Amino acid sequence: MSILGTRVLRTEDPRFLTIGGNYTEDLVDERLTGAVHVFFVRSPVAHARIVGIDPSGALAAPGVVAVYTAADLADLPDVPPILPTMNQAMKRPPLARDVVRYVGDPVAIVVTEEAYQGEDAVELVDVDYDALAAVVDIDESLAGETLLFPEAGTNVAIEYGSEADLDSKLFDGCEVVVKHRIVNQRIAPAPMESRGAAAVWGDDGRLTAWIPNQGAQGTKGAMVGMLGIGAADVRVITPDVGGGFGAKFGADLEHVATAWVARKLNRPARWNETRYENLLGMTHARAQIQTVTVGGTRDGRMEAYRLEILQDCGGYPKIGGLLPSLTILMTPGTYAFDRAESIAKAIVTNTTPVGAYRGAGRPEATAAVERAVDLFAAEIGMDPAQVRRRNLLPPFTEPHQTKFGAVYDTGDYEAALDRVLEAADYEQLRAEQAKRRANGDPIALGIGLSSYVEVTGGGAESGEPHENALVEVHPDGSVTILTGTSPHGQGHETAWAMLASDVLGIPMDKITLKWGDTDLIPRGGGTGGSRSLQQGGSAVQKASRELVDVARTRAAEELEANPDDLQFDVATSAFAVAGVPGTSVSLAQLAEHERLFVETDFFQPGATFPFGAHVAVVDVDTETGKVVLRRVIAVDDAGVILNPLLADGQRHGGIAQGAAQAFLEEFVYDADGNPMTASFADYPFPSATEMPSFELVDMQTPTTYNPLGAKGIGEAGTIGSTPAVQNAVVDALSHLGVRHIDLPTSPQRVWKAIQAARSENA
Amino acid sequence: MIPAQFDYVRATSAEHALQLLGEHGDDAKLLAGGHSLLPMMKLRLAMPSVLIDIAGLPDLSGVRRDGDDVVIGALTKHGELAASEILEREAPLVAHAAGLVGDPQIRHRGTIGGSLAHADPAADLPSALLASDGWLELQGPEGTRRVAVDDFFTGYFETVLQPDELVVAIGTPRRMGAGWGYEKFTRRANDWGIVTVATVGGRVALGNMGPTSLRARATEQALARGASIPDAAELAAEGTEPVTDLHADGEYRSHLARVLTRRALTRAAG
Repeated sequence: MSILGTRVLRTEDPRFLTIGGNYTEDLVDERLTGAVHVFFVRSPVAHARIVGIDPSGALAAPGVVAVYTAADLADLPDVPPILPTMNQAMKRPPLARDVVRYVGDPVAIVVTEEAYQGEDAVELVDVDYDALAAVVDIDESLAGETLLFPEAGTNVAIEYGSEADLDSKLFDGCEVVVKHRIVNQRIAPAPMESRGAAAVWGDDGRLTAWIPNQGAQGTKGAMVGMLGIGAADVRVITPDVGGGFGAKFGADLEHVATAWVARKLNRPARWNETRYENLLGMTHARAQIQTVTVGGTRDGRMEAYRLEILQDCGGYPKIGGLLPSLTILMTPGTYAFDRAESIAKAIVTNTTPVGAYRGAGRPEATAAVERAVDLFAAEIGMDPAQVRRRNLLPPFTEPHQTKFGAVYDTGDYEAALDRVLEAADYEQLRAEQAKRRANGDPIALGIGLSSYVEVTGGGAESGEPHENALVEVHPDGSVTILTGTSPHGQGHETAWAMLASDVLGIPMDKITLKWGDTDLIPRGGGTGGSRSLQQGGSAVQKASRELVDVARTRAAEELEANPDDLQFDVATSAFAVAGVPGTSVSLAQLAEHERLFVETDFFQPGATFPFGAHVAVVDVDTETGKVVLRRVIAVDDAGVILNPLLADGQRHGGIAQGAAQAFLEEFVYDADGNPMTASFADYPFPSATEMPSFELVDMQTPTTYNPLGAKGIGEAGTIGSTPAVQNAVVDALSHLGVRHIDLPTSPQRVWKAIQAARSENA
Repeated sequence: MIPAQFDYVRATSAEHALQLLGEHGDDAKLLAGGHSLLPMMKLRLAMPSVLIDIAGLPDLSGVRRDGDDVVIGALTKHGELAASEILEREAPLVAHAAGLVGDPQIRHRGTIGGSLAHADPAADLPSALLASDGWLELQGPEGTRRVAVDDFFTGYFETVLQPDELVVAIGTPRRMGAGWGYEKFTRRANDWGIVTVATVGGRVALGNMGPTSLRARATEQALARGASIPDAAELAAEGTEPVTDLHADGEYRSHLARVLTRRALTRAAG
C-alpha cells in the first residue's frame, strides 16, 4: 500500500526537538573564524534630513573596527522599486543617504570585534537630524502636502486602474447598495527567528553568504543585483530557517551590507538582529484601506461589487506595492457577481516598508468581499449563509476564467460551505445565539462565515510555473534528493522522502533531502505562495519515475532481458524478469558502476486555486468588549493531500495567524510615526491560550494541473480565518445594530462600537 | 538585546546586601528574580552600574503563620505563592493573583518583594496586597520598619523604599473563609492587566487605574453604607485619572473598573 495520503510523522522533528536547528546566528563554520559583527544605527525619527553623522564616539569605543555611512557604500547601486511600472524616483540607497523615511531606517553601520560591543557602540554614533513632517496616515500621504521623494512629484508609487476607469452605472438597477470603508490593518510577520547573515569572501573572489531565506536562488539573485557583481561570484547557503511567512524572500539591505563589510575589511562578517530591530526592520504586512460597495436584490442576489484599494507601501515601495495586483486578481472571490471591478493605488508613508506575508494580497481580497457579503446580508436581513449559498459560483471541473485574469482550475464552493456548516452545526449555533439574546446574556454568541478561493503556485520565476528536482540512488541503497524549494517549517524532508520512497521502494530513513545551496542547486523558485508540493513535489515524483526508467534500461543490460519484460518491484526496489524467479537487480546495484540519477523539471500549466469555507464562533463580552475565540471550523480544500499531518500543521498555523489578525495583532504608529508596538509586550502576538483547538474538515477536490492532484495549503488557513472571526464578532453584536468593526476587533474597539450602536438606537 | 555594562556582586546576607547598597548608593540595583529589571536593562531603560544579587539569601523565602498574619518572605516566588497551602486557606486572594502573573517561566523566577518594590501599577500583587490590607517589612541600616501597603506606593514605579533599604517580608491578615474577588482584564493570558480589581473584607483595590495601585474608596464607602453591589461598583472609578495607552483610553478604563468591580464584589459575596 502506498504511503501517499497517510499521516507519516515528520522526520525533521526529532532533530528540531532534541539538538535543535542549526540557525544562522548559531552557525559554527571555520570559514567564519574571526568574524566581525555588524550593527546598524537606525533612525529614531520617522522623517528627517540627515545633517551630519559623527562617528568619533563610536570609533573610540572598545572593539569598534569601523563605522560606515552611505558615503562609504557609494560603490553599491541604489535599489529601484520592485516593479518597473512603479515611480522610478522612489529609489532606496543602500543606507539612508540624505533623508530617513521611517523609524528603523538604517543610517550607519558599526562593525565590532565582539557582538556585545556593537549594542553599546551604535548608541555612540551621533547623527544630527533635521526633522521633516512625518506622513503616517494613508489619506495624508494621498493629499501629498509632504512628499517622501520630492523628485517623484507624488507619494503614489503605482496605480492599478483609476477612478476614471470605474463604471458609473455599475450599481444601476440594484435594489440595495451598501458601501463601507474597511481597514485591513498593518501587522508584523514576526517569525520566531529574526533576520541575520554571515558572509565571507574567498581567495577566489567569491562571496559565500549564509542567510535565512525562503529560496537561496532568489536570495542570490537579489544579492547579485544589490552588490552589482556577477552571478558566478556569489554562493548563498540556507541554514535552518525559523519561519519566513513571505518576509524572508530575496535579500534586504542588511544582508548586502554584511557582505559589503566582509569584502571591505577582508574578514568574515556576521549580523543578527534583535526582536526590536525585527519588528521595525523586517517588512510589515497587509496595510490596506478598502472601500467596498455591493449591490443586489432584496431577495439576496448580489449583482455588482466594487473594491477600491489604498495600499500603504511604507517608506519605500517594495513588494507592498505589488500586493494590490494580487488583491485585484481575486476580487470576486467565490461569487458569481454579474459585474465587478476594482482599482488600487499604492502610496508611500513614513513607516516600515510593506512586503509579502502569508497570503500576500489574497487575504485582503477575501477579507473585503466577505465583509461586503455580510454587510449586504445585514442590510436585507437575510442569513449570511443563505446569501452566500445564493451567490456562489456553481461547481465546475473545467477552468473558470474571471474578468480579472484568474483562471480557477477546479472548485466546488457550495460543497465546501455545506460541509463546514454541517460540521459546525450551524442551525444549533443560531438557536444558541437566539437563546442567549432572549435571555439578555451579557456574553453574546457570534457566528462568522467566510468562503474563499485563492491562487497558489503562480510561479516564482518567469514563464510557466515550474520547479526542478534531482533524485539519485547510491550504491549503498541510500537516496539523495536535491530540490529548488526551501523548507522553513513546512516539512519538506518528510514529504519529498515520501514521494521518492513511494516510487523507488527505498525506505524514507535512507533518503536525504538537500536544498538551499546555490552551488549545489543553481536553479529553484524557493518556498512561498504555497507552491512547494504542487511543483517541487511533482518534480521529485517525476524525477523518481524517470530514474526507474533509466534504471530499467540498465537492468535490461544487466539481466540480458528485454526492458519490457522487466518488472519493477517497489517492495524490494529491484527489477526482475517476469516469470523468471531468482533473477533480479536492485536500484542500488545498478548505481554501482555508474551514477544513477535524474534531474528533471516539472512544468504546471498554470496556478491552482484552492478554496474552502470557515466558520468561527466567538463569545463577545458586551460589558467589556472582549472577544474570546471559541471555535474555528475549517474546510480547506487543497486538492489531494499527500500527508494529512503536514497539511493539518499548515492549516493550524495559518488559522492561528489569520485569527490573530482578526482580534489581536496591529502594528501601531503615533501621529509622528513613532512605533508603539516594537516589542512583544506591546505587539499582541498570540499564544496558544488565545486559540481554541481547531476543527478541521476534510475535502479534497483534485487539480488536473499536476500528477499529485495537489494545490497549495500554506496560506489557506490565514485567508479563511480572518474574515470568519471578524464576521463572527460583528455577528455577535448585530442585534444591537452593529454593522462593522475594523480589524483588529480589540476590546476597546468592540466596546466603542457597542456604545455607538446603543446611542444611535436610543 | 544586550544590557549596558554593569558589575555584579552577590550578597551573602541581608546585612551584606545593605552594606553593599550603602557603598554603591543610587548606582546599584538589587537583583532578585530579575523579571522586571533584566528586560528593562536589555531595553536600556535601566542602566545600573552594579547589580547586587540577593536571590540566594537565606531566610527570606517561604510562607508562614505569625499570630493574626500570614508572613511571606520577600524572595518567595510567584509560583510558590500560588501553590502555598497556607495562602490558599488564609489569603486566597494573594495566591490567586500570584498564579496569574505573566507565564509559568516568570512565576518560577519572579518574587513578591521584587514585584512590590518595582511598583508597576498594572502588576497583580500590589493590588492584591493593597486590597488585603497588607504590610511590608523594610530593613535598612538603622534597623527594620513596617509600612502598610496603603502607604507604600507613592507614584509610578515609586515607593517609600529608600535606596539603602531592602524589602524583607510581606504580611497580610489571616482571613480564613472571607469572600474575595479578583478580576484581571487582559487581551492575552500573559499580559499585564489593562485594569485589575481585587477585593476582600470590604476593601477594593484597582490596578492600572492611575500611577499606583489605588483603593476604590467611593465604592468601599458605599458598601460600608450598605449600598448594593451594582450601585457601589458604579463609583469604582471616582477620583481616578487613568492613563490612555494602546489598549484603553481613560473613558474605557473607567468603564472597565466599574464592570470588573461589580464582578469582583459579586464573586466575593457569592
